Amino acid sequence: MAQIQNEAANEKSVWIRIGMVFLYICLIIVALFQIYPLVWLAMFSLKTNTEVFGLSPPFSLPQDPQWVNYLNVWENGNINIYFLNSVWITIISVALTLLFASFVTFAITRMNWKLNKLTLGLFMVGLMVPIHSALIPLFAFFLELNIINHPLSLILAYTAFNLPLTIMILLGFYYTLPKEVEEAAVVDGCSVHRIFFQITLPMTTPVIATTAIINMIYNWNEFVFVNTFISSDKWKTLTVGIQNFIGQYSTDWGGAIGATLMISIIPVLIAFLVLSDRIVEGIAAGSVKG
Amino acid sequence: MNRVMSNKVVIALYVLPALILTLSVIYGPMVITGYYGLMEWNGIGEMTFIGLDNYKELIQDSNFWESAWHSFLLAIFSTLSLAGYLVVSLILAGKIKGSNILRKIYLIPMLLSSVAIAQLWVKIYDPNNGLLNSFLKAIGMEQPPVWLADTDLVLYAIFVAILWQYAGFYIIIYYAALKGVPEELIEAARIDGASPIQIAYKIKVPLISGVIKVTIVLAIVGSLKYFDLIYVMTGGGPNGASEVIASYMYKKAFDTFDFGYGSAIAFFLLIITLIVTWITRKLTTSKDELQY
Repeated sequence: MAQIQNEAANEKSVWIRIGMVFLYICLIIVALFQIYPLVWLAMFSLKTNTEVFGLSPPFSLPQDPQWVNYLNVWENGNINIYFLNSVWITIISVALTLLFASFVTFAITRMNWKLNKLTLGLFMVGLMVPIHSALIPLFAFFLELNIINHPLSLILAYTAFNLPLTIMILLGFYYTLPKEVEEAAVVDGCSVHRIFFQITLPMTTPVIATTAIINMIYNWNEFVFVNTFISSDKWKTLTVGIQNFIGQYSTDWGGAIGATLMISIIPVLIAFLVLSDRIVEGIAAGSVKG
Repeated sequence: MNRVMSNKVVIALYVLPALILTLSVIYGPMVITGYYGLMEWNGIGEMTFIGLDNYKELIQDSNFWESAWHSFLLAIFSTLSLAGYLVVSLILAGKIKGSNILRKIYLIPMLLSSVAIAQLWVKIYDPNNGLLNSFLKAIGMEQPPVWLADTDLVLYAIFVAILWQYAGFYIIIYYAALKGVPEELIEAARIDGASPIQIAYKIKVPLISGVIKVTIVLAIVGSLKYFDLIYVMTGGGPNGASEVIASYMYKKAFDTFDFGYGSAIAFFLLIITLIVTWITRKLTTSKDELQY
């Protein structure tokens, strides 16, 4: 009897194992689907034109890696200009967003005033507004301000459109922070500004890091505003830059297109390798509480 | 305490920069879009008031309704695909080794720009030397489809790229929610003899229904405003077969410089987005209450 039970249990565990292997295979297939196109792109970026357009199968490895593809597009395709624009416009917009959002969240959670809930609601509704429904008047408005084809248009748009999500994520963190330190500081005669800059802001570093990386990725990848507001090569960022570049050269430059795409992707991948936990946390925090 | 923290000047100083920016860059333009929709305007010259003509034209514009239909289809597909993401997350959140790394691998495409993703998939779908057709030819298919140039297939082909882009996003959200389900509940069910599938279906899924609701809203609203990927991949073509509301609006405004008509479409998009958000929340709330 005991033996039969034992056998039954064994049989069950065999089935569980088979089931587990099957589940793993499913998960790995999904992972391959997610990662293989990028591996393929990396291969593609190192191939010569004859390899890309020739007979060699696309899944083959590059025969003689053409690192020169990267050098060529960096120097001859304006990619260096676009890259630098992306970097500084992203950084300034993220800094402004974080500063303004921290101010607002501090005022809403720490200071006493009547309209704080209403103000918060006003910012939160912004989460639902599609960019396109503000685009035309925004274009007209920036035209009026004379900042069309000027990076300021991008900085203003990025900062404003990132505020709602940033405030939402900050808010969750501010609510969990103890208020005692700030209260003690008030008793000691500390000014509000000192409390904000020297006590509260340093305490929120973890969530600042999370929102910073989320905002950076958003700004780095943004396309519609650049495509609409910026027309001169001098101020284009990477997304629109590579789009135009590829449009121009799609027929005669094979591997170079792969290289431009890789150049736009690599900074994000590096950020991901270093900060993946923060990114995951930011995405989870940003949506679960919504 | 109260005096310092109730200082009106400081409050204004802290709130106004963000408030002014939000009002002038998001809400102001949003309202003005509806107003521009009443105008005939090429973006540079004089604006002429034409009343509801743009909105009347919109109702009769078959191209517009076709693009709205495509947006609607994408919203349906995206919502259905949530079930798949949920299954993957349920497997991941069970005690699986390596779930941390797998989860992060799934997320990578989400971090890339839509332009890069679009260009990558254009290469994958290339009829002659793309990844997909080379594979199909290698396994013996003689005339593989032309994907992005095929009016019947293009929307599905784009949807695969959308799946690729967003899978990780939803998996992360579901995973985080599932990790929040109390361990004791699952343990108790297991002792009562519930199978893993029963635990998943009867305990875990109902407990995260709030999050599922949020993702449904995100998927639908996200699909309605879908733009970058499609604009770069196909430009709405071939022959309008992959045109969506946002890309149609963009073309009208910034390619043919019909800013009035473009604004009417944009205003319509805004109203639809708000209504759909509201309806989805309403519909899914009643279900919530049944489950508890």
